[in-house]
Amino acid sequence: MSEPHYTLYHPRWYRRRVSVWWWLQNRSYTGFVLRELTSVFVAFFAVVYLWQLHAVAQGPDAYAQFLARLRTPRLLALDTVTFLFVLFHAITWFNLTPKAMVVRLRGKRVPDWVIVAQNYAAWLVLSGLVAFVLLRGR
Amino acid sequence: MPSTVALTVARYRPEQESEPTVQTYEVPFRKDWVVLDALNHVKDNVDGSLAFRWSCRMGVCGSCGMKVNGTPKLTCATFLSDYLPGPIRVEPLDYFPVIRDLVVDLTDFVRKLKQVKPWILRKEEKPPAEGEYLQTPDQLDTYKQFSMCINCMLCYSACPIYGLEPGFIGPAAIALAQRYNMDSRDQGAAERLKILSEHDGLWQCTFVGECTKVCPKHVDPAGAIQQYKLSAATHWVKSLLLPWGTR
Amino acid sequence: MDLFTCDVLVVGGGGAGLRAAIAMAETHPRLRVAVISKVYPMRSHTVSAEGGAAAVIKPGDSLDEHAYDTISGGDWLSDQDAVEAFVREAPEEMLRLEHWGCPWNREPDGHIAVRPFGGMKIERTWFAADKTGFHLLHTLFQTTLKYDGIERYDEFFVTKLLVDEGRCQGVVAIELATGQIRAITAKAVILGTGGCGKVFPFTTNANIKNGDGMALAYRAGAPLKDMEFVQYHPTGLPFTGILITEAARAEGGWLLNKDGYRYLQDYDLGTPTLKPVLRSMELGPRDRLSQCFVKEQEKGRTFEGPYGHYVHLDIRHLGERLIDKKLPFVRELCLKYAGIDPVNEMIPVRPVVHYMMGGIHTDIHGATPLRGLYAAGEAACVSINGANRLGSNSLTEILVFGARAGIAAAAFAAEQTGVSPSLVAQAQDEHRRLEERFLRKRGGTERIVTLRAEMHQIMEESAGIYRTETVLKEAAGKLKRLQDRFQDLSLDDKSYTFNTELTAALELSYMLDVGQTIVQSALERRESRGSHQRTDYPQRDDERFLAHSLAYRAEDGAPRIEYRPVTITRWPPGKRVYGR
Repeated sequence: MSEPHYTLYHPRWYRRRVSVWWWLQNRSYTGFVLRELTSVFVAFFAVVYLWQLHAVAQGPDAYAQFLARLRTPRLLALDTVTFLFVLFHAITWFNLTPKAMVVRLRGKRVPDWVIVAQNYAAWLVLSGLVAFVLLRGR
Repeated sequence: MPSTVALTVARYRPEQESEPTVQTYEVPFRKDWVVLDALNHVKDNVDGSLAFRWSCRMGVCGSCGMKVNGTPKLTCATFLSDYLPGPIRVEPLDYFPVIRDLVVDLTDFVRKLKQVKPWILRKEEKPPAEGEYLQTPDQLDTYKQFSMCINCMLCYSACPIYGLEPGFIGPAAIALAQRYNMDSRDQGAAERLKILSEHDGLWQCTFVGECTKVCPKHVDPAGAIQQYKLSAATHWVKSLLLPWGTR
Repeated sequence: MDLFTCDVLVVGGGGAGLRAAIAMAETHPRLRVAVISKVYPMRSHTVSAEGGAAAVIKPGDSLDEHAYDTISGGDWLSDQDAVEAFVREAPEEMLRLEHWGCPWNREPDGHIAVRPFGGMKIERTWFAADKTGFHLLHTLFQTTLKYDGIERYDEFFVTKLLVDEGRCQGVVAIELATGQIRAITAKAVILGTGGCGKVFPFTTNANIKNGDGMALAYRAGAPLKDMEFVQYHPTGLPFTGILITEAARAEGGWLLNKDGYRYLQDYDLGTPTLKPVLRSMELGPRDRLSQCFVKEQEKGRTFEGPYGHYVHLDIRHLGERLIDKKLPFVRELCLKYAGIDPVNEMIPVRPVVHYMMGGIHTDIHGATPLRGLYAAGEAACVSINGANRLGSNSLTEILVFGARAGIAAAAFAAEQTGVSPSLVAQAQDEHRRLEERFLRKRGGTERIVTLRAEMHQIMEESAGIYRTETVLKEAAGKLKRLQDRFQDLSLDDKSYTFNTELTAALELSYMLDVGQTIVQSALERRESRGSHQRTDYPQRDDERFLAHSLAYRAEDGAPRIEYRPVTITRWPPGKRVYGR
């Protein structure tokens, strides 16, 4: 053998580089990244909400101005996208709740769908309440 | 039913090449055959230099984890018939250094396994002669699922966080820590939490959830980690509000 | 040549090896213990065991009952002093496992639950669902991680025992990741390398069960005991040979022939009842059940499928709830590998090679006749299993004798001052042998797959459930010729990094050696006892053969058989009675 001893035995392990586009590899990964991205839109929604509160506090003229701003096509489009993302956010996290919350009643584990259903039920009830309060005044 | 199917296998011979290559073999198709049978056919009859790990061929030893058509699988439990008409791509698991062909280096995982202290930790041990620690079937049920891990590493190969941050302790190790935390005989949860609260521990997980998807034993490591996060957060809040109570 | 050292080296990271390591770490904390294994320890074949582990724990059971069941199950070939020690130490060993975290199944009040098992008169088999071996191995492995003093050489393939001055002082091994040859010296060596089921073509055993330790000890001069006793487990899946645990029968499963008839009742194994009766019918001993299958096959009452004959195991009447609770792994395996759901369909099963009662001869402390060499588990033969092992005794055996061998080896090592300086030269010779015979070899016409297939055929024909003189004699000759042809082996893979073709060739050479001992021992035992049945000598012959066969390696490599009497203490040889 002409080469030095160690190079024959030296482990040359191949380390693959992780591509920047790893998240496009499969649907779950893409879904995961989109889910994480919803946080941006949730933040945007919070900002708009604060802006709305601020406008309300400033009086009816300011509020009318606020509404007019919201009606512009660009903001409408952004709002629609935001709404879809927030919906996606809510649905994915509702569905994932039973993973973190394991409830045991009388020693047996409460099935996952019960916990998920409770989330949706609470959502429905609260939405119903809000709608009732808002529409009652009309 | 075809009589043969093409198997595209990743090869890496570090003494001959500096990068992995790919070789395609035509193997017999049988409806009873798993990918492992096809690989063994290649090794026995076509190219004896194909290296891969396997042992029990019944899905319990965890040796034969590889990627089949891009998804981490146990090749002893993956039937050729599910991949017709082929070709079937077989590659080594992601995110581990490749030693040779389909063999990856597992020393990182074994080191991390030890780090989480996967043994019964107690303040006081009872001598065996005094009998067993009592544990009801319901108590057994709380951690049973997490004890089913066969250490096959498919979850590490599916976890993009492990790929991007190789220091991450990883799904199987954290699930095993949780298995011991939830065992009614164990008293080491606080000690393990100290280790897993560190940077590369529990909180590195962002709940991608792919680990649970590929787990062949339905251990649900993602669930274990989220439950662990919940209990860790609860413990932290409690220690803030009642600093004496948590001692 | 890089030399590594330690005080005690454990070869094999399965249940026996890991238990020995823990025993030493606990009793001799300053001893340097190393575990060397050709696979990562959690891959060891202990992981596949399903049914359970026996130990006396319930009231109404007694050590004597367990001993009697074991001895009669072994057709009186068991050494009774060993059996007495075994049943006595079993309960504490099992409780120790429980303390280490093993998730044993429980009664509603929290105590350990037991289930009935084949050949046992009283229920004493502890179980963890139907993956007892898996939980046992992982508990042991995770417990070894607690001790920083236990070093590990993972994926190191041992090729030779280093022996000097009549003492075993270490091993030579290939570090698989790099292909480098290493010598590891030790003051004592424990072999826990398991059995050799892969010598046969159809077996429940994993690919790694090649009789490595048995062949290593045999080549170093230690004898292999009772090699002719090969256990055929009655219920394995056709084609894959995957094990369907005895627990399926213990919970109440039935064996039915082609006509849907519980055929065991025709063979003096009792009368069929709805609920299982211990030591009767499907809960009879494994050797008898496998023999009944062959007799049914001769009568033409078995099914014939693409992979040979089979019968049905019916567990439908147990109900889905019980199956999911006590036999979930069985259901999973059937769905996956047999394509049937045992809740609604019957499982096709046939006898399959499962366990080697024989192994390296040891005393009741795990010491072999070669000083410094110890053995435990399936690789060893103490013997407690005699001519036939009862189900669920093996998992307990690895714990009891793993611990014993560990403690004995540690005590021996503590008395030694060092190792011989000539070991390095021996290791270098071995390195040269591996290079010349395999890696640097030019030419060669034989292939591993051909020789292995021929070995399988020879072993299947000659050392099956029923054996006869002429076939065994022929087989001995054929195996000798295979050994010669092995010298002409050629490998495709001549590289160093993770060369699994080289390890396959070395494993084949171990199997050829072990196969020869099986055939020769079977040839010379001219009687029928337990799992060794001779059609030409159908009776048990206590006058001549109430003795263990010891196979020594002769000069020409063929085995030379001697005999050693069985130790009888309190149970004089009697008749094996089941079903009455």
